[in-house]
Amino acid sequence: MDPVASAVRLAVQEAVHILSSSEDGGHIISTLQSLRRYLGETETQAPPEEQEEFSRTHFSTILRCLVGKLSPDWLDLLPDGQLEELWASFFLEGPADQAFLVLMESIEGAASPSFRLMKMARLLARFLSAGRMAAVMEGQCGQQAGPASRLLQETLLTRVVGLPDHLGNRLQRETLAAFFPQNYFPLLGEEVLRVLQAVVDSLRGGLDCSVSFLSQVLGKACVHGRQKEILGVLVPRLTVLTQGNCLWQRVCWRLVECVPDRAMEAVLKGLVEAAPGPEVLSRLLGNLVTKSKKAQFVMTQKLLFLQYSCSMPMLQSLLGYLAMDSQRRPLLVQALKELLETWGSSSAIRHTPLEQQRYVSKALLICLTHLGEAELRASRDELLASLMEGVKSRLDSSLPPVRRLGMIVAEVASARLHPEGPPLKFQYEEDELTREMLALAVPRPAADGPSEAGPPVAPVSGESPDQETVDSGGPQAGWEGSDSELDSDDELVPYDMSGDGEQRGSKTPAYVRDCLEALTASEDWERWEEALRALEGLVLKSPAATREVSLELAKVLLHLEEKTAVAGFERLRQRALVAVTVTDPARVAEYLAVQFYALNYSLRQRMDILDVLALAAQELSRPGCLGKAAQRGSPGPGSQPSGAAVPAWKAVVEERVRRKTRRFCKGSTGRAAAAGPNEFNAVAGYFFFPLLQRFDRPVVTFDLLGDDQLVLGRLAHTLGALMYLAVNTAVAVPMGKALLEFVWALRFHGDAYVRRGLLSAVSSVLLSVPAEWLLADLPDELLEARSWLADVAEQDADEDCRLLAVKALLLLEKLRDRLLPLSSP
Amino acid sequence: MVTGVAGEHMAAPVPNPQFVLRGARSAVHALHFCHGAQGHPLLLSGSLRGLVHVWSLQTRRPLAALDGHGGQCVTWLHTLPQGPQLLSQGRDLQLCVWDLAEGRNAVVDAVHLESVGFCRASVLAEGPQRWMLAVPGRGSDEAESSPRPLLLAGYEDGSLALWDVSARKVCSRVACHSEPVMALALDPRRARGVSGSAEKVLAVWSLEGQQALQVRGTHELINPGIADLKIRPDSKILATAGWDHRVRVFQWRTMKPLAVLAFHSATVHCVAFNTTGLLAAGSGDQRISVWSLYPPT
Repeated sequence: MDPVASAVRLAVQEAVHILSSSEDGGHIISTLQSLRRYLGETETQAPPEEQEEFSRTHFSTILRCLVGKLSPDWLDLLPDGQLEELWASFFLEGPADQAFLVLMESIEGAASPSFRLMKMARLLARFLSAGRMAAVMEGQCGQQAGPASRLLQETLLTRVVGLPDHLGNRLQRETLAAFFPQNYFPLLGEEVLRVLQAVVDSLRGGLDCSVSFLSQVLGKACVHGRQKEILGVLVPRLTVLTQGNCLWQRVCWRLVECVPDRAMEAVLKGLVEAAPGPEVLSRLLGNLVTKSKKAQFVMTQKLLFLQYSCSMPMLQSLLGYLAMDSQRRPLLVQALKELLETWGSSSAIRHTPLEQQRYVSKALLICLTHLGEAELRASRDELLASLMEGVKSRLDSSLPPVRRLGMIVAEVASARLHPEGPPLKFQYEEDELTREMLALAVPRPAADGPSEAGPPVAPVSGESPDQETVDSGGPQAGWEGSDSELDSDDELVPYDMSGDGEQRGSKTPAYVRDCLEALTASEDWERWEEALRALEGLVLKSPAATREVSLELAKVLLHLEEKTAVAGFERLRQRALVAVTVTDPARVAEYLAVQFYALNYSLRQRMDILDVLALAAQELSRPGCLGKAAQRGSPGPGSQPSGAAVPAWKAVVEERVRRKTRRFCKGSTGRAAAAGPNEFNAVAGYFFFPLLQRFDRPVVTFDLLGDDQLVLGRLAHTLGALMYLAVNTAVAVPMGKALLEFVWALRFHGDAYVRRGLLSAVSSVLLSVPAEWLLADLPDELLEARSWLADVAEQDADEDCRLLAVKALLLLEKLRDRLLPLSSP
Repeated sequence: MVTGVAGEHMAAPVPNPQFVLRGARSAVHALHFCHGAQGHPLLLSGSLRGLVHVWSLQTRRPLAALDGHGGQCVTWLHTLPQGPQLLSQGRDLQLCVWDLAEGRNAVVDAVHLESVGFCRASVLAEGPQRWMLAVPGRGSDEAESSPRPLLLAGYEDGSLALWDVSARKVCSRVACHSEPVMALALDPRRARGVSGSAEKVLAVWSLEGQQALQVRGTHELINPGIADLKIRPDSKILATAGWDHRVRVFQWRTMKPLAVLAFHSATVHCVAFNTTGLLAAGSGDQRISVWSLYPPT
C-alpha cells in the first residue's frame, strides 16, 4: 500500500476516534488544528500529495463526523464559539463540492425543526455568501467526464438548481432569505459569471476548459422557470463583456450550444426575452441555429407558429437575429414562406384564435422589413401565390378583425413583393392595431445610427410674424368707409354658424301616397329626396293611410336605390321600412320574410330585410325605445338646429333643480318603463317562421349553407333577437323549439360568426321561453344543447364563442336552480 | 366681396333668445319698439289677423290689442318721435293714425292706399307737428336724408331710386337686384345702405355725393328671400329676417356674418332694434323672439 495513503489514513482514523469520544475541548481543538494542515491553510502545511489524498478520500468522512457531533453541549466545550468557528472553517475552506454535498445531505437528514438543522442552514447561507458556489461549479469545469464524475455532476446539478426547493421543504416557514428563489437565482447567475470569467482566464492561459456543467445549470434553472432571475443578471453583463471580445463571444456561444436539448427552448426563450435587441442576441448566440437542430426548431418554428406569447420586442429581436448573418438569412426566407402560408391557410383562419392570427401577421410584417429586394424577388411567385390565396380567404371571412388583418398585410406585402405594380389600397378604419401593424412595417433604424437631430431650430427672429399682421391689418378692402370715428368699433366675435345650411322643405310631400308616387315615378330628385326624408314621419302620423299601401310601400323601399348622394340614405330607408313594418306588421313582415329567400336580391338587400325585421320587432315589443335611441344617435344635418339647444337648456334647469332640492332618501333614478301590451305577441309568428323555412334550400343566387355564410350569421343573430323580443308571448314555445332545431342543425358550422349567432340564439331561447315549458316540451333538446355548450366553452377557437357558450351555460344553471326548489317537497 | 373668416378657436354656441313673446295668435308681420306713457319700453307687433298688440317689455305681457284693419294683415308700424301717435299700415289698404295717449286706443285718422304690394310706408318727422309721410302708390319703399327731403324707394323690378321730394324727380336710379326689392335700410351717418330681395344676395350701396346711388358690393346668402332688414341705431350690426326661418346678424361695417339665429320654425317676417340694443324678430310661427346680442357699450 502507498505509504502516503496509509499515513493519512492513520492520522484521520485517530482524529475521528478522538472527535467521537473526547469531551475535552483542548484536545478536540488540537485535533482539528492538526487536520487543518491537510487543507493547506495553516503555516505548517502537509505535503501536497498528503493533502490531495486527504481531500479525495477522507474529507467527506471528517465532515460527516463533524456534522454528527454538532450539538449545543459540544459547541460549548470551549468558550466564545472558538470551536464553532473552527468547525465551520472545514466547510468553508475545504473542497467545495464535497462540502456542499455533505451540507445538503445533512440538511436533508436532519430532523426538522432542530438545532442542527438551523445550524446547517445558517452554515449553508454563509457558504453561499462566501462565493463558494462558484468554486463548486468551477471544480466541474476542468474535469474530463468519466462515468463516476458524470454521476457526481448529475447529483451536484440537482442540488445546485434545486437548492431553494430542498431548503424550502425542510425549513418550511423558517427558511432564510438567501434561499428564496428570487434571491438565490440572481446569486447563481453572478456565480456563473465568475466561473465564466475564470474559464476565460484559463483559456487565455492556454488551459482546456469545459463549460458543459454551467450550460446544464443554466438549462435546468431555465426549465424550472427561473429565466427572468438568472438571465436578468447574466445577459446584461454578457452584453457588455462580449462587445468586441471574441474569446468571450466564443465562450458564450459554447455555453448556449452545450445546453441539453430538452432545456434549449426554455433557455432560448429567456435569452430572446432578456436580450435588448437583435445585435445583442446575435453576439450571444452566434450561428447557433445553423448548428443545433433543436435550436433551429425552437427559433423558426416553435416561437413563431406553435406559440404566440412573445411580445413584439421579442419578435423583433428574434427575426432581427435571423436576418443579421448571411448563413441565417435562408432561414428567414423560409420562415417568411411558412408564415405566409399559415397566414393564408383558410383552415388556420377558421381554427386558430384571433390573437394568434394577429401574432402571425405581425411576424410576417417584421420579416418583410428585414428581407431585401433580391431575396424577395427570388421567391416572388411562390410568395405572391400564397399571399393572394390568403387575402381571398381572409376577405371572405365574416369577422371584421380577420378581414382587416387581410387588408393590412395585403397592402404592405404587395407593396414589398411587387413594388413596380400599382399599389393595393383597401378602405379600413384606423385603430390602435392598424397603427401598430403599420408601424411594424417600417424598417427599424440601425441601433447605433446617429441619434435624432436636436430640437427644431427656433425661428429666426428677424421678421416677427406679429409685425406683419399689424402692417396688413390696416384698411380692409371692399366697401370700407373712411369715417374713422364710426369704424372704431372692435371686431365682433362671431358665434358658431356651423348649423347653418340650405333650407329644405319646399317640396315635402304631405301624404303617404304622394311619397309613394314621388319615390317611384318622380324625376324631380329634390322631391324624391324630400319624400324619402318625410316618409317615416308621415307613416307614423297616418297609420290608416299607410295600411292601404303598406305592401307597395315596402316593395318600393326594399328596391330603392341610392340615386342621389343623400346624406344618410341607408338610415332613412331603413327607418321608413321599419315604420311601415310596425304600422302593418302582419302583412309586411310576412312579405319581407318571404322575400328574404326570393331569387333576385342582393346580399345587401337580404341583410337589410333581417335588420328591418329585428328593428320592427323591437319597436313593437317595446314601443318608443327605437325613437329614443335614434334621437340619441347622430342628429344628422337637420333644418332645425334649435332642437339641439333645448336639451342643453333643459339640462341646466334640471341641474339647478337637483342642486336646490333636498332629498331624504334616494329612490331608483331610472324612470320605470311605461307598462303596455306587447304588440309583438300577435305577429311574432309572421316575423319568425318564414325566415326559418328555407335556409337549407339553396337557390341559384343565394346559398346560405355555402358561400353566403355572412348572411347566415346575420340570420342566426336576427332569429335570436326575434326570440328574445318574443318574451312573454304565447308563441314563444313553438318558436323556441324551432330555433333549437335550427341551432342543432348548424352547431358545427365552421364560421365563428355563425356560431356566435347560434349561441346567442340559444341564450335567447333560455331567456324567453318559460322555464316550465322548457322542461316539459324540450328536455332532450336542452340536454343536447348543454353538452354542446360545454364543448364549445372549452374547445372553441374563437374567444367570443367561448364566452357566449359560458353565458348560455350559466343561464341553464340558473334555470335549474330555479326549478329545483319547486320540484323538491 | 368680403366674407367673414371664422377664427381658429372654437366659436361660442348660438345664444338663446332673451325671451319669447307668445300670444299673438297669428303670424307676426310688423314690429316696432317705442316708449309708453311713463317711459316704459313697449313693443308693438302687427299680426296677420289685423291686430296690433302692445307688449310691455317689463312684464313681457300684452297690454292691449288694437283692432283697426278689419282682420287684414298689418304690414307696417311706426310711432312719431314726439307724441303718442301711432301709424299702422294694413292690407285693407288703410293707413291708420292712432292716438295712444292716456290709455286711449282709437283711430283718429286714416289714409286710403292704392297699392296692394309688399311696399311699406315711410315717414320723415321734422318737428312736433311737421312730418312727411311717403306711402306706396304703385310700388316704392322708404328713406330719408337732409337738407332737402330725399326718398329712397325700392321697386319690384329690383331697382332702387333716390327721389328728390321737393323737386319731385328721380335723382339717381340703380338696378341692384334681379328680383323685387323686399326691404332696405340706410345708415345716414355712413351714407351707405343695404337692401334685400327675393333672391339670395344682399346688396350694399352708397349715396355718393348725396345724389348718386352706387352699388358697392353684394353679399351671398345661403337661402333666398329676405323679408326685412334693419341696422341697429348705433350702426354696429345689421339683422335680416329670412324666408328660411332664420335671422342673420352681420357686422355692418364689414358685412362679416356674426350669427345665424335659427329659433323660429316659420318664415321670419320682420326684425326691429331698439335704442338699448334689443333685437326683436317676428315670425310666421306666431312668436316674437327678443335677443340681446353684442350689447352696445
